[in-house]
Amino acid sequence: MSALLEIEDLAVVFGGRSAAVRGASLRVEKGETHCLVGESGCGKSVTALAIMNLLARGGHRSAKRMSFASTDLLSLSDRDMARIRGNRISMIFQEPMTSLNPAFTVGSQMAEVLTRHKGGSRAAALGRSVELMGRVGITAPEMRLGQFPHQLSGGLRQRVMIAMALMCDPELLVADEPTTALDVTVQAQILRLLATLKRELGLAILLITHDLGIVARVADRVSVMYAGEVVERAPTAELFRAPQHPYTRGLLSCVPVPGRVRRDRPLGSIPGVVPAIGPGFAGCAFRSRCSHADETCGRAIPRRQAGAAHDYLCRLEPEFTELQPA
Amino acid sequence: MSEPIAIHVPLTTSRVGVAGFTIGIAIVAFIAVVALVGNQLLPQDPFIQDLGNRLKPPFWMEGSQPGHLLGTDQLGRDYLARLAYGARISLLIGIMTVITSGLIGITLGVLGGFFGGRVDDAVLFAITTRLSIPVVLVALAVVGLMGSGLGLVVATLGLLLWDRFAVVARATTMQIRSLDYVNAARCAGASTPHLLIREILPNIASHLAVVATLEMALAILLEAALSFLGLGVPPPLPSWGLMIAEGKDYMFFSPWVIMVPGVSLFVLVLGINLVGDGLRNLLGSERLR
Repeated sequence: MSALLEIEDLAVVFGGRSAAVRGASLRVEKGETHCLVGESGCGKSVTALAIMNLLARGGHRSAKRMSFASTDLLSLSDRDMARIRGNRISMIFQEPMTSLNPAFTVGSQMAEVLTRHKGGSRAAALGRSVELMGRVGITAPEMRLGQFPHQLSGGLRQRVMIAMALMCDPELLVADEPTTALDVTVQAQILRLLATLKRELGLAILLITHDLGIVARVADRVSVMYAGEVVERAPTAELFRAPQHPYTRGLLSCVPVPGRVRRDRPLGSIPGVVPAIGPGFAGCAFRSRCSHADETCGRAIPRRQAGAAHDYLCRLEPEFTELQPA
Repeated sequence: MSEPIAIHVPLTTSRVGVAGFTIGIAIVAFIAVVALVGNQLLPQDPFIQDLGNRLKPPFWMEGSQPGHLLGTDQLGRDYLARLAYGARISLLIGIMTVITSGLIGITLGVLGGFFGGRVDDAVLFAITTRLSIPVVLVALAVVGLMGSGLGLVVATLGLLLWDRFAVVARATTMQIRSLDYVNAARCAGASTPHLLIREILPNIASHLAVVATLEMALAILLEAALSFLGLGVPPPLPSWGLMIAEGKDYMFFSPWVIMVPGVSLFVLVLGINLVGDGLRNLLGSERLR
């Protein structure tokens, strides 16, 4: 497998003061589902927007390297970037209720994406819309074409968003918490759909989520983010079997797993909140909440290897014990 | 992010609101028909003077003539024919002013609201500057420099009445520009002009439609005021404001000469405002979907 998206040392600063992302490195292989996990405010969504070069006003990105299928995203002009967006990299959002333009029909919005990037007739584009809507499990797609977004349910809208994202056969789909706003049964359907699409179309998916249950179900590889840094990267099975970073361990101990959680003890939690990180911050960002912290945590932290494709950012040596019951 | 909920407080109960809307549409439609075909249907000419039949009263008063339903003015011209012709002038000025000022105001407002920063500063400066210019004084200066005329009135009003369009377009654009579907369109590779025209404009159109009706009513009233001051439409064109101005010397003995155009003006502006209110209620509740 070769890297489809490679990011090295991505930093995003807003207004020169707050650092939303600090030196995050990420590697998404062709055709894999890569999960970016972390709690709210840790820089997951900002990372996604930085990849698309769509940071909000005042946001500035810099990176050592940021390439997509051997195209350097950093040196791309706005115009060339617009040609990639929706065409080779698509994105879907958390909130399907507001992600479609209320003023136009579903069909015209879908067809537009295709004609914009690939040209061709509107009739052909509508034909492709019907085909893709069928593919993402929308019944009676011909009827849906002429409907307005407010006539569809949340699950349907998210399916429409996914179909729309697939219009141009993208190589990478960036999904920013695509199931958070949906109820559990619909969530499962959408996740299954994403897995099927990945298998059938060879699509790579960068899935942003805070839900470890989703990670366990769909991810091939996981990057754990904390306070703007990727603190641990590992294949999914390995991460769940032998998490190394204290933050990852903490996260996993917060999830109730039948058989591993003892009923008579409270579920794990990580005390404190994500600290605000200003410029010039050094050392481990997790040290104020970490039970293993000592004075060396304020210095530069090494990136340690815990396996062939498993690394983490901590002063502690790798440990290969099973996670203890909380 | 949660779905934005438009909070819609109905100003009237819905039945009364619908009735007002219907009445407004009926009034505006009637006056529009009169303006379009009135002078073709009426046998009298609005410009032919008949000094022997000056200041004849309308049909509900004694001494009225069957040939002049609404009487005659101080030069013996048929008042009904002049009123119909005046409706044409009023509506023409209202519509043309809304188109010109709408183009200017919406363009400025959308650009300022969408881009923010320096562009927005410039737009805000333009709006404040415009608000500090007294319309009547400018009209006076323009007429003084270039003489009066229909085109000039439209141009003056159009160039002066765009502020409300700009304010509303700017505010609504700011609300919409960070909504998910605008971001989603950007993520799908949409260009900035596309975002402005397809994502922003259609979704603020309902607000702008309401502003357009209010501005139209305002423009018609302003034209009447300017014509009354002799700064608007030049005689012998029968604008309603001009008819009031010409009749003011006779109002003590022949009050209908100012009553007829005055009431017409009131009814037209009321009708347009009712349409505006109805539109606001209708489109407001639609947002709740």
